[in-house]
Amino acid sequence: MAAVRTSSEVTFNRIAIVVVLLVTIIFLAPIYWIASTAFKPRNLATTIPPTVVFQPEISPFVKLFTKRSQMRNPPTPEEYAAAPWWERVVFDGGEKIVRDGKGEVQWSGYPSRFMNSLIVAITSTVLAVGMGTFTAYGFSRFRVKGEADLLFFILSTRMLPPVVVAIPMFLMYRAVGLNDSHLGLIILYTAFNLSFSVWLMKGFIDEIPKEYEEAALVDGYTRMEAFFKIVLPEAATGIAATAVFCFITAWNEYAFALIMTNRRAQTAPPFIPSQVGSGLPDWTVIAAGTFLFLLPVAIFTFLLRNHLLRGMSFGAIRK
Amino acid sequence: MTQIELRGVQKFFGAVQVIQDLNLKIDDNEFIVLLGQSGCGKTTTLRAIAGLETIDQGDILIDGKPVQHLKAADRDIAMVFQSFSLYPHMNVYENIAFPLRATRKSRSEIDTEVRSVAKTLQITDLINKRPSALSGGDMQRVAIGRALVRRPKAMLMDEPIGALDAKLREEMRAEIKRLHIKQGSTSIYVTHDQIEAMSLADRIVIMHEGVLQQVGTPDEVYSHPANLFVAQFVGSPVMNVAEAIVAENASAASVSVGGAAAGFEFPRALLSKLNGHAGGQLTLGIRPEGVLVRREATDGFLPVETQIVEPLGSFDIVDLKVGSKMLRARTKSGFIGGPGEKVYARIDPSQTHFFDAASGKSLGVRL
Repeated sequence: MAAVRTSSEVTFNRIAIVVVLLVTIIFLAPIYWIASTAFKPRNLATTIPPTVVFQPEISPFVKLFTKRSQMRNPPTPEEYAAAPWWERVVFDGGEKIVRDGKGEVQWSGYPSRFMNSLIVAITSTVLAVGMGTFTAYGFSRFRVKGEADLLFFILSTRMLPPVVVAIPMFLMYRAVGLNDSHLGLIILYTAFNLSFSVWLMKGFIDEIPKEYEEAALVDGYTRMEAFFKIVLPEAATGIAATAVFCFITAWNEYAFALIMTNRRAQTAPPFIPSQVGSGLPDWTVIAAGTFLFLLPVAIFTFLLRNHLLRGMSFGAIRK
Repeated sequence: MTQIELRGVQKFFGAVQVIQDLNLKIDDNEFIVLLGQSGCGKTTTLRAIAGLETIDQGDILIDGKPVQHLKAADRDIAMVFQSFSLYPHMNVYENIAFPLRATRKSRSEIDTEVRSVAKTLQITDLINKRPSALSGGDMQRVAIGRALVRRPKAMLMDEPIGALDAKLREEMRAEIKRLHIKQGSTSIYVTHDQIEAMSLADRIVIMHEGVLQQVGTPDEVYSHPANLFVAQFVGSPVMNVAEAIVAENASAASVSVGGAAAGFEFPRALLSKLNGHAGGQLTLGIRPEGVLVRREATDGFLPVETQIVEPLGSFDIVDLKVGSKMLRARTKSGFIGGPGEKVYARIDPSQTHFFDAASGKSLGVRL
């Protein structure tokens, strides 16, 4: 169907496109900056005016994953020839990779911090969304005494800025030995996300007609079976949207991770800025760490983008 | 062989009693229609039988066994919902197979039964479609298929065709009747549409505000309504209802309506059949087809004036002014030209119902 457009509509469309492009550029600029810095040689990272065109390098990533030390003298030609390609890029910066007595490369703290982030974020997301879905189902389908008050109570846990409770939490965690543990962070993030998850999931489950389950009940299924076979598939969109939000919150959390962990269970957000390199802060390494840190959330969000869009507009319109 | 019996069933929603002391016995293979306005308790009754609603008192018996404490899944009953409730994430085949998957049937058995039901309902070519791709009528066929496939003890239907348009409703009505005759399972059908009830039911159960009003064949409830509510709820156009005064004259009884001076002539037997009620507050009910109209003066007919004429195609409904009251009469189409005509009318005694004005109960007068 060829719609006839008036000239004012065409003008409006063009203006809209320009505005959208501008907003997109504003939003993407910092991400571009992080990504480009992650591939810059160290001496170009902080130039004024900023360097835009450069020969990309892999050295920030090598530095991110390894322990290095300053060299007093440049490497001998033999050393240079014996080194693998990824070590040579570090030589150029006057550094060398630290090895133990057996010649094994010493890894930096980044891979383990990244793993910690994954473990904590994924586990707390699964827990928050799982418990949230069950709770929301209960509130949605059964007559619960004091339902409104309970739901308000659940919501009220989000009304205080979380950092306010940081010190009492820290003392409690230290007393029970949960500080610097995966379990501690998982409990914390699950608790933060749970209220949000309950409310969002309740909106989604309320939208699923209860006749579906009733039909399943009459068809010979128990309520539990009806929940898993009918409600869960119908709520998939809601679960996906809720999971994305919970994952992003847990993945990006900085303040509590900084206070509650220092080594064993430390996640990537507090670790990355502590990577100051040997000597002056090495911004290219920090950028490389940040760039890799952005990827899981970007991939996760991209995969679930359709659900996410629906999830954001969902519940905004009440029937 | 399935009999369903309700004994003294009561149900409250908070302080509101939605079912009051309901007693009902449904025979094997019978097609029962629960008829009433919305909020009369008919759907709650159906849901209670299905096990989706608990009851506060009484017994629900299926084949003589009390089931009110059994879960819905254990009652072996199928239900068709007004919203169809087809599972959106499953295709037609999976929807129909779903109740069978709850049993221990093998894959091939399930396949045979699903295909046979699909064939009966003529939906074989839709079997791979998602519910969202179906028309309303096809969705309803699938919903019925899902109910039939398990060969349940009884089929419960909650306004199953209420969401369809008028033409499709008529088609599906005939189809449901055909299926019932073919499959012959005990069926309970809920509707607020009295035409649907009349055309489908072996027996109609009329409910009002949680109270059972009358149980009977379509003919019984139409011809011998038990009370004023049933009289006015069943039948279209609605029955004329008017306060009546019965008097005795020389040769016969005379019934005047709407404070008119002259009364309609009735057989003398009316007086004895009214059995003492003659002097009391009486309400007369007469269906439009029981109001006879002539254009010329005839013995026993009273002169009346026509008011509005509603042409309805195969017949007209004419408002006649009798005293201060309006009686609606059914005439051949075009019989009355328009308002303001002087015609002659009488009430057919054999089609007249008398009710106690206070209680609304029928006095059971048959002339």
